Amino acid sequence: MTTERGGPGERRWLWPSLAGPGLVWLLVFFVTPVYAILAVAMGRLDPIFGDALPVWNPVQWDSSTFGSVFQDILGGRLAELFLRTIAYVVIAATTTLLIGYPVAYYVSRRAGRWKGLLLLLIVAPFWINYIMRMLAWRNLLDTDGLVNQALMGLGLMGEARNWLAGNPETVILGLVYGYIPFFVLPLYAALDRIDKSVIEAARDLGASPFWAFVRVTLPLSKQGILAGLVIITLPMFGDYYTTNLLSGRASTRMIGNEIELFVTSGIGGAEGAALTLVLMAFVAILMLYYLLSVIRAQREAAG
Amino acid sequence: MSTETVARPAALPRTGLVARFSPWARNPWGKPRFLAAWTWIYILWSIVPVVIAVVFSFNAGRSRSAWQGFSFRWYWGDPDLSVWHDPSLQSAMIQSLKLAALTMLIATPIGVALALGLARWRGRASRPANFLMLLPLVTPEIIMGVSLFLVFVHLFRFVDLGTGAQTIGHVTFTISFVVIVIRGRLFAIGREYEEAAMDLGASRIQALRFVLLPLLRPAIFAGLMIAFALSIDDFVISQFLVGGADSVTIPVRLYSAARLGPTPALNALASILLFATLLVVTIAGLALRRAKRREATEGTAVEDLTRFEL
Repeated sequence: MTTERGGPGERRWLWPSLAGPGLVWLLVFFVTPVYAILAVAMGRLDPIFGDALPVWNPVQWDSSTFGSVFQDILGGRLAELFLRTIAYVVIAATTTLLIGYPVAYYVSRRAGRWKGLLLLLIVAPFWINYIMRMLAWRNLLDTDGLVNQALMGLGLMGEARNWLAGNPETVILGLVYGYIPFFVLPLYAALDRIDKSVIEAARDLGASPFWAFVRVTLPLSKQGILAGLVIITLPMFGDYYTTNLLSGRASTRMIGNEIELFVTSGIGGAEGAALTLVLMAFVAILMLYYLLSVIRAQREAAG
Repeated sequence: MSTETVARPAALPRTGLVARFSPWARNPWGKPRFLAAWTWIYILWSIVPVVIAVVFSFNAGRSRSAWQGFSFRWYWGDPDLSVWHDPSLQSAMIQSLKLAALTMLIATPIGVALALGLARWRGRASRPANFLMLLPLVTPEIIMGVSLFLVFVHLFRFVDLGTGAQTIGHVTFTISFVVIVIRGRLFAIGREYEEAAMDLGASRIQALRFVLLPLLRPAIFAGLMIAFALSIDDFVISQFLVGGADSVTIPVRLYSAARLGPTPALNALASILLFATLLVVTIAGLALRRAKRREATEGTAVEDLTRFEL
């Protein structure tokens, strides 16, 4: 039983006031900035300079920029970009699942005494800078890089190939390479949580190892698979650096590149903001799904 | 069947490689072996490219793919192009360290207080508050980057793009991670110690100050390290909030230099970043492990470290 001392007054203000500074910080520097995207996207253009002017009052919002961006996505200039981004993300996420599931499964169930070491090695890429990991591949995939040297040395290729000039497969592999650690870890955690006696029960009841996996382990790891896929697709949809570093050609541009261009070039702020909003709406379902699963896990942890 | 049992003892025990791989050769698709091979290939694939990049940062020549001997040329030996002597590389290093230090010192206290508040507060607003804390964790970085850029350009104009804006941006996305680390420990510690202290006459604030905070010390330390590592590793927010050449960080510099003519000095800069991050994260992991051992709670520190990056 909790005994409350120091009076009910103290009890009431202590916890909210501890949370206060952090919540105020997030309201000022997270919620307000997101609102600023809306204000700029629905804002006006400076009549003389053509700069974006934010409009903070929702009553005066003008959705014409938003509408024209939407038109571009549905059938215009941005349609191809959107479809390409979706295609890259879907292929990369599927590849990640196929490569990552056996790894997570092995480490959680069958690694035995190697488990600790394997876990450490799987966590390591987490903390290696993403840009550096892409640069490492640039070194390897250069025309005179080790990949070409090895392929030519083995006689698999007659002459050096340029892998870094608009090859979609390089960009997709880059995405897989970049985000796969973020997929393997939550999946590992989900597989590790499965009660082993459930699988033993299935085996005792006559299921072959294969069917025990398909009927028991796989359904029980569904949450982990979904969580992992959401975690990696969220940043993939906003990625612009992977394709820039591994290709840099217009033929492999993604939505993120378009947004980055609007921000870094300083022109067309309203269109950039509108495009960011569209992206946000697009990933909102994924974000919400993940948030709810985190909150559910929290409740379980808190008991 | 009987012939087989007779034949076996006669055969010499096979040694070395053959003995080790013969079961595998008989059935290479048998589950564990295939999975083991797959996993180790995955690990090699995920780590070897980076190791090669680090190795070539010690190359004596200009090439990033042909080994020309070991040297520290690209770290400090070369009078113009090394990390130590190239002013732009040096300034990137200083900017990254400065941001990481500031972020760590601002985000950790805010995050610790927020974690304590959210874990114990049961009011009407506590659920929305929890939701607000989790939002930055799931928001793609490009969205946070754009939103912060726009707010500093249009609304908070008194904050210049550059160090000020970058620090605020880093703190904003780091706070929630600190909360997750601290809260994990709070759940593990439970409420018993605090309640015992209060039964013995301590006020709630005294229980917090003299019981809970000391128990949380390793987690707070880990929180500091995590905040440092997240900040020094960040790319998107740093890039969107760059104010000029002097606020370019290591990852931003790596990104922009990669598209020009890269030298192994770039590998050296990346390696320095790598060593710094791994050192800091290892320290954080050890701190968490010590805390766990003291309380004999389950799970490894490695698992703890995996729980809070998305």
